[in-house]
Order: sequence, then structure tokens, then C-alpha cells
Amino acid sequence: MKARVTVYPRREILDPQGKAIRDALSRVGFAGVDDVRAGKSFEISLGTEDAAEAESTLRQMCEKLLANTVVEDYAVELIRP
Amino acid sequence: MTALQEETVHATPELLKRHKMTAEEYERLRAILGRDPSWTELGITSALWSEHCSYKSSKIYLREFPTEGPHVVQGPGENAGIVDVGHGWVAAFKMESHNHPSFIEPYQGSMTGVGGILRDIFTMGARPIACMDALRFGEIDAPRMRSLIDGVVRGIGDYGNCVGIPTVGGETGFHRCYNKNILVNAFALGIARHDEIFHARASGSGNPVLYVGSRTGRDGIHGATMASDAFDAESERQRPTVQVGDPFTEKIVLEACLEAMRTGAIVAIQDMGAAGLTSSTFEMAGRGGTGLHLVLDRVPLREVGLTPYEMMLSESQERMVLVAKKGREEELEKVFRRWGLEVADIGRITDTGRAVLEWQGSVVADIPIQPLTEEAPVYRRPVAEPADLARRWEAPEVPQPEDLRGTLEALLATPDFASKSWIWTQYDTTVRTNTVHGPGGDAAVLLLKGTPSALAMTSDVNPVYCRLDPWRGGAQAVAEAARNLACTGAAPVGLTDCLNFGNPENPEVSWQFREAIRGMSEACRALGVPVISGNVSFYNETEGESIYPTPTVGMVGVIPAVAHVPDPFFTTKGDRIVLLGRDRSEFGGSAYLRLLHGIEQGRPPEVVLDAELRLAQLLRGLVARHLLRSAHDLSDGGFLLALAELSLGRGLGATVEVAMEGADLFSETQARALVACAPGAVEQVLRAAEEAGVPAVDVGATGGEELVVRAGGGLLRAPVADLHTVWSTALPRALGL
Amino acid sequence: MKCGVVVFPGSNCDHDAYHVLKHVLEQDVTFLWHQDESLQGCDLVVLPGGFSYGDYLRAGAMAALSPVMAAVKRHAEAGGLVLGICNGFQVLLEAGLLPGAMRRNASLRFQCKDVHLRVERTDLPYTHTLRAGQVLRMPIAHAEGNYEDAPEKLDALEAAGRVVFRYCTPEGEVTPEANPNGAARGIAGICNAGGNVLGLMPHPERCSEPILGNTDGLALFAGVVAAAGAMR
Repeated sequence: MKARVTVYPRREILDPQGKAIRDALSRVGFAGVDDVRAGKSFEISLGTEDAAEAESTLRQMCEKLLANTVVEDYAVELIRP
Repeated sequence: MTALQEETVHATPELLKRHKMTAEEYERLRAILGRDPSWTELGITSALWSEHCSYKSSKIYLREFPTEGPHVVQGPGENAGIVDVGHGWVAAFKMESHNHPSFIEPYQGSMTGVGGILRDIFTMGARPIACMDALRFGEIDAPRMRSLIDGVVRGIGDYGNCVGIPTVGGETGFHRCYNKNILVNAFALGIARHDEIFHARASGSGNPVLYVGSRTGRDGIHGATMASDAFDAESERQRPTVQVGDPFTEKIVLEACLEAMRTGAIVAIQDMGAAGLTSSTFEMAGRGGTGLHLVLDRVPLREVGLTPYEMMLSESQERMVLVAKKGREEELEKVFRRWGLEVADIGRITDTGRAVLEWQGSVVADIPIQPLTEEAPVYRRPVAEPADLARRWEAPEVPQPEDLRGTLEALLATPDFASKSWIWTQYDTTVRTNTVHGPGGDAAVLLLKGTPSALAMTSDVNPVYCRLDPWRGGAQAVAEAARNLACTGAAPVGLTDCLNFGNPENPEVSWQFREAIRGMSEACRALGVPVISGNVSFYNETEGESIYPTPTVGMVGVIPAVAHVPDPFFTTKGDRIVLLGRDRSEFGGSAYLRLLHGIEQGRPPEVVLDAELRLAQLLRGLVARHLLRSAHDLSDGGFLLALAELSLGRGLGATVEVAMEGADLFSETQARALVACAPGAVEQVLRAAEEAGVPAVDVGATGGEELVVRAGGGLLRAPVADLHTVWSTALPRALGL
Repeated sequence: MKCGVVVFPGSNCDHDAYHVLKHVLEQDVTFLWHQDESLQGCDLVVLPGGFSYGDYLRAGAMAALSPVMAAVKRHAEAGGLVLGICNGFQVLLEAGLLPGAMRRNASLRFQCKDVHLRVERTDLPYTHTLRAGQVLRMPIAHAEGNYEDAPEKLDALEAAGRVVFRYCTPEGEVTPEANPNGAARGIAGICNAGGNVLGLMPHPERCSEPILGNTDGLALFAGVVAAAGAMR
């Protein structure tokens, strides 16, 4: 079972990287970019084929390690083959 | 007379509690207004009368500090203190705490702590040139502690490194009393030409109020205190919006502000720190005796839907507010825009003495300023000496060390004494090419380019001493800081502090606070060091248990000629080693008893201010005469730790013989130092000491690969390389790295 | 010789490079703003250390797109002198003026300490006063100094003699222990094919004055000043 976990700064929190990237895009000619949020993406291969189990495990991974839930949000997506 | 058009609040006890206001404070506010407050007025007042902004529990004791001196240009009351350091230069410095946020989110907490203190410096017109941090952690094995340590160190490094200001030292201590309340005190130093200083004192009715820097979000606002219509779908989270630091924006704001200041178009400027827009605008107006008219619709927002309450209380970082000379706004805007920053004209200075805040066409606040800023409540919290003080002061039994080498190694292996290089190699310590001495010595030494002088900077406190005897602990912190500066040849010019204590409503804590300040003040007066700025952090307690009193002292001094500053370590074999000061047996609160025997007992060592003064003057004189190759004062761990540290720095051994023996090698008697000089200079050193009335003994010489100490009947003999291994690996090992 | 020190938003060591060139070597120096399209006749262009754009996204990535970089590229292509220090080196890589890329230090931590460098190439304007195999002590201060490129590209670089400095022991041995950041083949500094563009991670401007305890870096600046003088 493959999954993609994405971790982003929480919506209401300042994202200095995202802001700098948005400004840079504008400087190199890409107008009309309202907002950029810079996050991380993890591709994780799990041994199980049980979707519910996979999701539960991945959420625990996020809570424990992959995301700092004080400042970050995460989303888990199972990639169907 | 009020033009208020927002609905007023009906205060329930619960609402007041959430705003941390007492019923009396609320009544006081109603009396000032002549009516009930609006939401926005309630929020503003609760912020300005918070402990952090108003110093209401500490003011009466802080008045004891001596704040005047021949070099003082700006004492307490502004964003940073300023002293004259000669050659047309002034230095601005201050220390601030960021304790609670760092315990919640150590990386961002320490990042924003550094950011805040840097803004306090450059808002005065001074370019920051160095940072230091005084850190107090709990036991390394305590829950979360390793990740707290890692987060704090990375945060300090990432922020300071990115802004390009060297972090040149500090103190890192470990004690179980901080297990649930770590301390992060950030200390920054900046310089300016004496005629390029800025103040945060508004003036000139009609002058525009400009907002510069990052947009305003909900940083630092706790969901629970928001007005009801501010709740949205996210409300089930109920976690406070953590303040995130953006050191890149800080660097830009710093450069842009320093450039804008040179236009002459700025009347007053202040950074937005705690209580953001509220404290900065109200304090500037309060100091200047002016009024304020703000149109909150013009505040740049990062998120839609912020209410005036949220705008006024947001603690979004990297923002400044300034009062410009009317008609010269465009000049300033041009500078800020060149650096890629947004500027917003958010209002005007008025002469009414009142703050009128408008939003969406309505007046949401109309409140007199000085009753809030200059006439905030002042409390005299009850004090009570601890009942067991006499018992605490009973002299402890002092076990004799069985094996001197083993004892020394055991101490070198503790996180307290271990090399902190794991920490400071993560900091850029040499950017700006001013660092003559960085971390690892008693005080950092920084060039004052273009002059023969240098500045020295240090931070000290011993919380165990302070808990046993806050008066002595406070005095000792000042004495040790001055002694540290003297070891570089520096004369102190000013002191800043971060007074970290528990709950002031606990009479014993207020007693600690009062006594520590008294001790500090007496030492400051005796040593001629004025207090020019500082910070108080109360409520460092969890589940009713307070931290040990921790009045961190930061001190800055001037070295007239940097060319011959002694090294913090032994440098040359064959140098003579001279012990200065009187040896006694004093073990109260000592590291030897605490770390090796679990005993925290006894009155801390006496602080003999006259002896400290004479020693400091002697050291400065010896440095000025180019007689010293190395210098290091004695403090925690006494003679043997000081000798070991001198040796470990560059790996050069020494052979000494002393009269003290056994545990006395670890006695923490104050007013002592170890110096090394060329053999041809030792007579002059000894004679100078005699003339100064400072006991002095030539105890031996540097050289070789071993540390050899003959102490009465005892002998210590250890290869320096072995001691170095113990000392340099202890901290990474304890952290599990 | 006229020197220019480029200032990007977030550059920090611009002041330091300026100080060495102006006050230690008494050269004609000017700051070049990132938005300037002209190099104002500068012979030597320095891209200084620091955290341009906060090192956000990738170190040097956003600075490499600055308007001034077009002029820097033309200057380099015409054989003009370009020196990239630390973040400046990262900008040169991102701008394609030097090959390869920087990754995070192997330790994943920022590192500030002295290292030793072995001088590998001594016929450049920057290094002509040094001896082959000479060991210099210089400070590093970076989090992304792990130089990397495809093996065949590294082979080509080596074959062309374009590795200028390598991390080594105080005795001059290139060992893994002497490598502070995991950089491939211990590479600390490289040059372009023409030898007029040099990028290095360590900071020579921080060891160019006796009061700071180390002057090993001065030779690079003094060397290029002397070479530019001779080039007239």
C-alpha cells in the first residue's frame, strides 16, 4: 500500500517560505499569484493492504513524527494502484 | 466625552478572568472611561495592564536599582538602554525572556525571542552587533527535555544566523527546578553614533503613524479571549496561534529601518512586541503625552476577518510602527519599498491625549492614554521570608574527595560543566568580523571598528545561590559579571537583566524578588554599574511549583585598547600562573555538593564587594600594562574547575602547587581569578597585586600534556587529552547524539 | 581596480567583504544592489555570504534570478573576475555560472568552526600567491555546504583542474574526518573553465586581519588585487 502524506504549516500561521516564494514568483514575471504555502510531501510504502489500518497507522505517524501538530497540519492520501 | 460607537461589554467574572483582570482593575477602567468599555477597549487595557507590559508587581522593587551614571545616555523606560562607549559611539543593549512560548514550541519560541530583542535594539537606531542567550533547562532525562534543548538551540541559531548577527556566548544551566519551566533569555547589543539615536516618544499633532513589516495575523491570540463573533470553523482547535519568526523579513526590516532613520524623517519608532499594535502605539503616545487616531481598516492583514480587538492584540512578528514628520511620508515609503516592504499609513498623532480607534466607519475605542500607560496599577505584593531559612543556611557537611582526578572528571562530565561547543558550533559566532573572543570564555570581546577599543559582554547568574539566599545570589551575579569583564580588561558601563521568578502572588516569591534586587542594587552601587534596561518574567511556575529565583544579569564593558586582551585559556608553555584573591572554605550551594552529593544547603559564598572592586581594578590595570597572557575568574567549581578550563581550551597542561587541599579545591569563594603571564612579568604582577591589596600567589607554570596539581597532601595528575575527551563528549553523549 | 560587492536582500557578509577590500587592502569598493543592471565598471565582483531570501526554497535559488545576475553573467563570460563566498557560491551554482549543487550538511546542522583547506590550483588570480598543497585555516559557517554533482561531472571537474580548495587535516591530508559537511571529494571551492570565477564555502573575509587571530584568507583578496593590477 502506498500513501502520500503532505504536511503544511497550519492555515493561520505565518509561512515565511511561502511568502518569499510568492514574492519571487511575482518578481520573475508570474503575476496574479495570491498565495503560496510551502510544505513537505512524503511517499510512504506500507506492508498492509488494509486501507483502514493503513490510514490509522499513517495518522499516528503524523501525530508522532512527521508533523509538528503545534504548527503544522497533515493530510493522508492512499494511492490506489 | 466619548464618541464610542461599538457595543460595550458586560463584564462577567469569567470574562475578566480570561482577560486576567481583577474586579478592581475593571472598576478602575470604568472610572477612567466614565462608562463600560467596548470589547476593543477591554482587550487593550487587559494587555497594557498585564504583568508583562505594566510591571505592576515588580515596579516598586525595580525602583531600587541605581540607573544613573556618567556613561548613561538612556536608562530604563525605553525599548533598550543606551550607554556612551567612547569615540563618538554609544551602545544599546537589553535582555528579554521568552520562557513560556519556548516551553510550548521551543523552536519558534526561541526564534521569536531572538527576533524580539533584536528589534528592541534597532528601534533605538543601533545596529545589533552581537547576541547572547542565557538558557536554563531541566534535567536532560526529564520529559521532552532533549527535544526542548534541540529546538531552542536550533531556533536561536536559525534566527541569529539568518539575520547575520553573531551569537557570541551565554550560559546554559541544567536543574530539575526548570523541568516544567525552561528559561530562554535573549540578550542583544548594538552600536550607533551618539547623534543617531532614536526614541519611542511620539510628538507633533498631525504627524502620520506608519506601519512597516509583516502583515497582521492572529499570532499569539488565544481563541478563548476573542469576541464571540470572531469564532469560526476552526474554533474546535482552540489552540493558540503560535507566533512564527521570519528572520529574513527581520533582516530586511532592520536594514530598511536603519536606512530610513538616516533620512531624518522619523520622529519616533517602536517595534511591535508583546501586545503588538496596542503597546507600541500607546506607549509611544503615552511617553510623548500625545493622543492617537488610528483607522484600523488600513492595517495590513494576513487573514480576512480580523476584528479590531484581534488587530490590536495580535503578536505577529517583524512589524514596526513609526511616527513620521508630516509631509515626509513619501521619502520613508521610498526607502521601505526599495527593500520590498509594505508600508501603511494607519493614522495620526493628535493632541487630545486620547486614543480614538476607528473601524468600518465606527469608533470602536475612545480611551485616554496616559491613565493606561503611565498610571497602570502598581501592586505591593505581600512578602514573606521562608520559614526554613535558618535551617537552609546551616553549614553543610562537606565530604572530602577520595580521588581528585575522579572528582574533577565527574564534574567535567556533568551537563553544567561540560563543554557547550555542541551548542555554539551551531551558531555563527564570527559574522560581521568583530568577534575577538567568542563563546567558551568568561566574556565575549567585540571590536569597535575604527577605534582602538573593544566591547565586552557577559551573562551570569547562579540560581542555586539565589534560592538559598536571594540577596547574596543577586549580588553575586553582578559581581561575577563584573569579574568576567575585568578578565578581558573591560570596565563595566551598564547592566541589563532578565528577572525570572515564580508566582509573585506567592509571598515567598515576592520576598525572593525584593531581596535579589536589593542584593543586585548594592553590588551595582559598589561596583559603579548602572542598570539601564531589563525585563521581568513572572509566573514561571507549574502546578504551584515555582522555578528557583533566576535574576539573569547581562553586563557590557569597554576595553580601552583591544590589542592586548588576554586569552581565556593558557596559550604559551612556561607562563607563570598566579592565583589572585583570598582562599576560603565556602560550600553553600556549591556545584561540588550539589552535583556529586545531592546537597543544596548552606549560605552561598560571601560577596565582599570591596574585594571584588579591588580585584577588577587590578585585572584591568594588568591588562592595560600588557602583562597578562591569560585570565579566567573562579566561580562554580572553584579553583580546580577554573584551572582545568584554562587548560582544556587549547589543550596546554600546567603544573601547580597550592596550599588548599581536598574539597577546598572546589570551594566557591568569590573575588578570585587565575592569570598567566610571561615569566619576566610575574614580579610586576605580584607587586601590582600587593599595591592593590589583593592577595596573590605564584602557584606554578603552564606546559606539558598533563594537569598536575599538588594540593596539600593530595595530588592530581591527569593527561589533558583524557580530561578533554570527558569534557567535550559529555553533552552530546547526554543528549543521545 | 574597482571592486563591487553585490547586496541581495538577506546578504550579511557584504559588510565584511567590503571592509577587507576597502579598509585592509584600501581598494575602490562599491555596493551593487541586486536590482541594478550595471556593474558600474567593477573589475572584481564579489557575491558575499549570508542568507539571501532567507535561504528559503533553496539557498541562493531566488537571488540567482536577480536583475544584477544578468550583468554578472556577462562579466563572467567576458573573463571578468567573480568571487562567490558561501551563499555567494550557492548563488553561482544556482545561476549556472559554476557546475553542481549544494545540499544540506551531512550532519543536518549548521556548522561554524575553523577548517583546513588544501590549495589545489595556484595559477588563478585568486591563488597565484599560494603554493600547491599549501594548507590554509579558514572558518566555515553554513548549513548547506555539501557540494554534489554527478560522478562523471565531478571526474571532468577534477580532470580540468577546476577543484581549487579541498577540506583537509592541518597536515594537508584529505580525509573523511576533515570533511565538515560531506561534500563530494572534500570539495570546498571550485572555479570555472576560464579560472576567473571562483566559488568557495569557507569565509576568507573573516580571517584577513591579525586582531581576529588568523590572516590566511587575506591572500585570496590580496592575490586578486595584485593580479588585476598586473592585468592592466
